[in-house]
Amino acid sequence: MASPLALVLTVFLVAPIVMIVIVSFWGATEFSIYPAFQFDNYAFLFGSEVTYRVFLNTFKYAGITWVFTLLIGFTVAYFLAFHVRSLKWQIALFLLCTIPFWTSNIIRMISWIPFLGRNGLANSTLISWGVVDEPLEWLLFSDFSVILAFVHLYTLFMVVPIFNTMMRIDKSLIEAATDAGATGWQTLWHVVIPLTKPGIMIGTIFVVTLVMGDFITVRFMSGSQSANVGRMIQNDIGLLQYPSASATAVILLVTVLMVIGLLLRLVDIRKEL
Amino acid sequence: MTTIPKIRYSRRSILKSGGAAVAAAALPAPMVWGQAIKDVTLRQFGTGVSNLNEVAAKVKEDLGFTLEMTALDSDSVTQRAATQPDSFDIADIEYWICKKVWPTGNLQAMDTSKIANYDKIVGTFRSGKLTPESVIAQGTAPHTVGFTSGPNGKDFVQEESGWMTLIPTIYNADTLGIRPDLIGRPISNWSELLNPEFKGKASILDISSIGIMDMAMVVESMGEYTYPDKGNMTKEEIDLTLGIFTEAKKAGQFRAFWKSFSESVELMASGEVVIQSMWSPAITAVRSQGIPCVYQPLEEGYRSWGGGIGLSAALSGIELDAAYEYINWYLSGWVGGFLMRQGYYSAVPETSKNFMTEDEWGFWFEGKAAQGDITNPFGDVMEIAGAVRDGGSFYDRMGAVACWNAVMDENQYMVRKWNEFIAA
Repeated sequence: MASPLALVLTVFLVAPIVMIVIVSFWGATEFSIYPAFQFDNYAFLFGSEVTYRVFLNTFKYAGITWVFTLLIGFTVAYFLAFHVRSLKWQIALFLLCTIPFWTSNIIRMISWIPFLGRNGLANSTLISWGVVDEPLEWLLFSDFSVILAFVHLYTLFMVVPIFNTMMRIDKSLIEAATDAGATGWQTLWHVVIPLTKPGIMIGTIFVVTLVMGDFITVRFMSGSQSANVGRMIQNDIGLLQYPSASATAVILLVTVLMVIGLLLRLVDIRKEL
Repeated sequence: MTTIPKIRYSRRSILKSGGAAVAAAALPAPMVWGQAIKDVTLRQFGTGVSNLNEVAAKVKEDLGFTLEMTALDSDSVTQRAATQPDSFDIADIEYWICKKVWPTGNLQAMDTSKIANYDKIVGTFRSGKLTPESVIAQGTAPHTVGFTSGPNGKDFVQEESGWMTLIPTIYNADTLGIRPDLIGRPISNWSELLNPEFKGKASILDISSIGIMDMAMVVESMGEYTYPDKGNMTKEEIDLTLGIFTEAKKAGQFRAFWKSFSESVELMASGEVVIQSMWSPAITAVRSQGIPCVYQPLEEGYRSWGGGIGLSAALSGIELDAAYEYINWYLSGWVGGFLMRQGYYSAVPETSKNFMTEDEWGFWFEGKAAQGDITNPFGDVMEIAGAVRDGGSFYDRMGAVACWNAVMDENQYMVRKWNEFIAA
């Protein structure tokens, strides 16, 4: 019996991807695309130095964002799971974390722009405190603002899975570690972190795939001055170069799958869940 | 084929202004379609500039038939005009898009003898010369793609052949916008965009076909290179132009690039940027916030653009007649007045005059100081008494056009290089 799930996945996931792969071999004129089987799109992609730079930039954003979301996400989850004692407060504080998600992520992102601008709140505060004399230019339309927005948008995707795994840790294990004379740091490093690995890994997959597939955050927060793979695809679509966009999308998909494959080799999520 | 009666809108025009009576007298026509025309629906699509719901509402009121408007970005407009001729009746496109689309045969030539105000259309769109002394600018000048050889022509001819590809509707001269309060000295050349004085405070638009023209104006102004034709660069010229700008980008000259109208307004209003490529209504949007902003006339002249409406090749019968009636109505003044009060120009300015107050006409067209408040068509005050339009009169501005928006033979190469510039 073909399960409904298999059917849904075939129609809405597998078929579109197959279509993208097919179109990536097609050809394009200035305003039309025509069926063909040619490697032009890939040849151009791999032949251009820009492609490598853009992919490198995409990895850079993913890497730095991952470090920050992990540090913040882990800390928040740790606080919620181990420092907040009552379940009621845990739930209340956890829900508090999700409140920003009541607004669209584009609005949350764009609201940084007036805040970080040359005459924005951040700069005027810093100047009035005497920290700086001139407004800081790098606060907005820079890699800093892009990564800041990413961290802001995606930290919760780290908090939730880590918090979830932490809640399953048997508290007696922590007590046992303390009884055996472990310091707080030793308990954290040898007990909590190994047991939270599956949560960390799930959060990592969320953050890495979201950042690598993004185009809108990079466009707005860098003032269109930086590029990642998503923007490359968006530009191609804007110029009606669908086959070229598809080829880039296929390469991006393969790259992301390879990254996830690598991550899953490090931690066996199924075994540890 | 006869034309359709102009009675309904003429009567209105007379009520509004005696001057329009002349137009009514010029358009005598027998009542043929009468009621049937009310059932006609024309589908128009184009870029947002002139696809205004107010126009559709006024068409319903004056002409009786329905005009459906679809606004798209210029890439989609080009694609649709070129590949889906059955999806529209009227294409509202720019002249450089026409250069790409006309050879596909999806639009039909228009008989100028059916256009009542044809003789009053500004010279720029007919002979190419605004005044007999004018020099024709580089790029895709509208008259070079404005005429075809006959009813079934797929070519462009350089003389007024009696068969038009597009009927001009709206155009303007673009230049750099500046914040005079933050710059504090006169700006008179395009080269100022790359002046290190404005490091981190400049911007350019991220729409390749228009951005490249602004860049060319800057490169020429810097004295780096003089293009034989800015509107049709060779690969080497494209490399040179984008090379200069890539270097500037790496040196931190630009604060951001903008793609949408509102982004350009925000960059300027917030003071992030003090000099950038800009469009006329964006300047007024900044100014209406009480922030000084000037559409700076520059010595090298303006980069100009023009739009027009074309008829789908599939249009025939009563729909075709309705379309001609629409075109005649378009040029008869109401739309022109509506557009001119936003800072654009109409193809037949003298008819628009009847739909503007003397003060509005003096301010927008003649470059005179405003006598009282100048409001836009939506009633917002844009300028107060004493204000003068940047760049002066129509003839000062449109007479100083240095190049037109264009599509190059090496367009695909240019687009690729543009993407590299953005990623650099």
